[in-house]
Amino acid sequence: MSAHRFTVNGAPVEVDVPGMRRLLDVLREELALTGTKEGCGEGECGACTVLLDGAPVDSCLVPICQVEGSSVATVEGLAPSAGALGPLQAAFLQTGGAQCGICTPGMLMAATAYLDAGGGPDDDAIRESIAGNLCRCTGYTKIVEAIALTAAGGGIRLTGAGTIDLGG
Amino acid sequence: MPDLTSRTESPDAVIIVPGTIAPGRARGAGPLRREGPAKLTGAAKYADDLVFPGAWFGATIRSTDAHATFEALELDPAFDWSKVVVVTAADIPGDNIVSSIKADQPILVPVGGEICHHAEPLALLAAPDRATLRAARAAVHARTTSLPAVFDPLASDHVFASYELASGDPDAAFAAADLILEGEYRVGHQEQLYIENNAMIALPAEDGGVTVHGSLQCPYYVHTALKRGLAIDDRQARVIQAETGGGFGGKEEYPSMIALHAALLAGKAGRAVRMIYDRHEDLAATTKRHPAIVRHRTGVTRDGRLLAQDIEVVMDGGAYCTLTPVVLSRGAIHAGGPYRCPNVRIRARATRTNTPPNGAFRGFGAPQTEFAAETHLNRIAQALELSPLDIRRRNVYQLGDTTPTGQVLRTSVAGEEVLERAAEAGEFERLRARHDADRRRREGSGTVPGSPLRTGTERMASGIGLALAWHGAGFTGSGEVKLASVASLELTAECRIEILVAATEMGQGTKTIFPQLVADALGVPFEAVDIAPQDTAYVPDSGPTVASRTAMVVGGLLIQAAGRLRATVEAETGGAFATTFRDYVTAKGALRVDQRFEPYPGVGFDDATYRGDAYPAFGWAACVASVEVDLDTGEVQVRDVVAVDDIGRVIHPVLAEGQVEGGTLQAVGYATIEEIKLRDGRYLNDRLATYIIPTSLDAPRITTILVEAPFDGVPHGAKGVGELPMDVGAPAVVAAIADATGAWICDLPASPERILAALAGIPGVAPLPPGASEPARPPPPPADR
Repeated sequence: MSAHRFTVNGAPVEVDVPGMRRLLDVLREELALTGTKEGCGEGECGACTVLLDGAPVDSCLVPICQVEGSSVATVEGLAPSAGALGPLQAAFLQTGGAQCGICTPGMLMAATAYLDAGGGPDDDAIRESIAGNLCRCTGYTKIVEAIALTAAGGGIRLTGAGTIDLGG
Repeated sequence: MPDLTSRTESPDAVIIVPGTIAPGRARGAGPLRREGPAKLTGAAKYADDLVFPGAWFGATIRSTDAHATFEALELDPAFDWSKVVVVTAADIPGDNIVSSIKADQPILVPVGGEICHHAEPLALLAAPDRATLRAARAAVHARTTSLPAVFDPLASDHVFASYELASGDPDAAFAAADLILEGEYRVGHQEQLYIENNAMIALPAEDGGVTVHGSLQCPYYVHTALKRGLAIDDRQARVIQAETGGGFGGKEEYPSMIALHAALLAGKAGRAVRMIYDRHEDLAATTKRHPAIVRHRTGVTRDGRLLAQDIEVVMDGGAYCTLTPVVLSRGAIHAGGPYRCPNVRIRARATRTNTPPNGAFRGFGAPQTEFAAETHLNRIAQALELSPLDIRRRNVYQLGDTTPTGQVLRTSVAGEEVLERAAEAGEFERLRARHDADRRRREGSGTVPGSPLRTGTERMASGIGLALAWHGAGFTGSGEVKLASVASLELTAECRIEILVAATEMGQGTKTIFPQLVADALGVPFEAVDIAPQDTAYVPDSGPTVASRTAMVVGGLLIQAAGRLRATVEAETGGAFATTFRDYVTAKGALRVDQRFEPYPGVGFDDATYRGDAYPAFGWAACVASVEVDLDTGEVQVRDVVAVDDIGRVIHPVLAEGQVEGGTLQAVGYATIEEIKLRDGRYLNDRLATYIIPTSLDAPRITTILVEAPFDGVPHGAKGVGELPMDVGAPAVVAAIADATGAWICDLPASPERILAALAGIPGVAPLPPGASEPARPPPPPADR
């Protein structure tokens, strides 16, 4: 066991676990961030995608010792506040980009990396950016549509802060 | 601030209402997905996300023989067994049977019993942590004696089910036919590949009862299985659906097995036990789509009218019966395709092999037989030099036609409509003519031996294909009558309107469309209607979430319940429900309505003679697929698909389109890349690295057109949407490959290996037929030391 320090969604964390423990398990079991999902455990499905220093990685393939001093971003950090959705999440909701929802967190993180890097609404480029994330429900059509909508700045009309309020 | 629950505009939903049909009720774009925000923020709790402090981890010890006698379970004495719990068949309090159609599949094979497939459960382990569990697994050995195994469904003499449908006089009709064409088509296993693996967590109760939380489609199937296996009563068994990450039929039956395993371990351990499958176990052990061999002999007139069909269907059931009889039944009824033919003989049987049991998967037998029917019809068209569009125009069912079970199609027939829409939107005839010209120009100019269309500069060939299908809505035959489902609606003391059904959400949109339908029937806003959790302690048995029956059957029950609720309240208050239901609650308290299924008027089926209305109505689907084939590698890229589906009534265009798009891509995967390879009855590619499904780069651009020909037996006219697109995608893609290359691929998937073998005209180099098992390899010689 050894202590590992890094940030998750901007907040500093320290976990005392073996260095080869998977980032996925640390997020889900040590930090109770169960939004990140496991689909295959071997880097094929992308359900466990998180951003490591801004780059999308399969968290099932990343030992925690490699995360030391890095910043990790997960689906839980996408919404600007509790009860609200960010623009990409809102676009998924509007277009029907999430069905069963199990690939959705990883898909959102891959798309976030694409958009953060300045990706535009081009269909081929979007498809390339999520090619490591399997979805069995949607046929990808509405996911691509959601990302394109966000890239184009469209979608559900946003409030001034760039977010939508879910009410309740 | 925008109202997220208000109806949004759908950007590209195209809805066509045939002129004779009245405008729909729940039209326009629907509200946003009810549970969408939870899924998009990571807040939704799937089974493996649920935390039960102190829970142990469970594992299944499985057979590694295809067929054997289970001689003994040997536990290594060097391991400290007091740290873990071991469950064998001797620990099962009730029947050692996983409740299903037949009582043939054990929960665990008892010592001395017969192991019938690789991956069969023999014993269970639970441990407080994963490391101990791993060590315990390594310390267990199953001693077995091998028995001869059967892998070929044609060679098996154990028949799970058989059906024969006949109409007219096929023999006489064949004698009068201008042309008789025969063909054999084979399809293999397909994995549902929901991205969330199977998962179940069991919590024991002091009275011997159990509560399970899990990923599942059918809470009451699991409930029934727990009662039988654990010998407990209705109240002691409680099943709660966690958020479910996809099902597609794959979580219809196997969750009963996993729930029993988790419950047995929890009972013996006296604590919660988590039984969470990893992908390898899920792929190796859980059910797949049935492989099938379909033989057609068809007699036609010179102008392409069907005179006689003689069809033989053989499905591989795997080692246990599971749902095979009903899969086969649906496959048999749909085997002729959506075409009028006066003389038909369909013989179907499903047999036992020593492979893991096959089960439900979107389409449920129909994709197998309709692939064969459509591919065969395309080859007939080619033989007669007819357009694939024209031969379908001449034969497609019209209102008033009679099917092979003697069912007169009295309502909701839209085969021609979907066909014409697809051909038009896909520019089928124009593109086909272009490809014809291309092929003629290139034929014989081949610079590569065995690849006649390859020229020095042209490596790719383009093609377009068309397919048409029908899909019976809801359960087959008298299934719905026997189910006698109940759906309930409650006006609560808190003045909420609550839907109580066991129908599960697994991505299709159940939790959105039900409140839509009820709100519409009561004249209240969507937000006023809640849906209760799928927990058998609270909701009635509204039947399994399968067979595209949820929107049609359970939705229909809810509208009826809403009508009764509304009438009772309005009779009491004298005002409109929406404005007076609160007054009603104040005066009279809560009100609950239970609505039981009643047979649809004029719909009847005789199980004994297999005659009558096999389904209350059929949905209709057409697909036009455009492909590019790499003549050097045999690789197929499906570029564009036009999917046209008649689903009765569109309740929610965005969700309905999502069903069509997702089903279409599963069909494209079935057509091109998805294949289970077997050796000695064991799946070889039982990992996600080796069983591949389409990515965003493999997926075609899909244009969806929804057609509405409502079913008049339910108030909202819906016929279901989930399975329709699965029936047409594969034959359309295979037809497109033939259009591009001139080669008909009659075995699925149309993999590069099969395409290259066909192009080269050397069938011997093709891989084994789909579903076939290569023999075991001899053990390697001892290493030289």
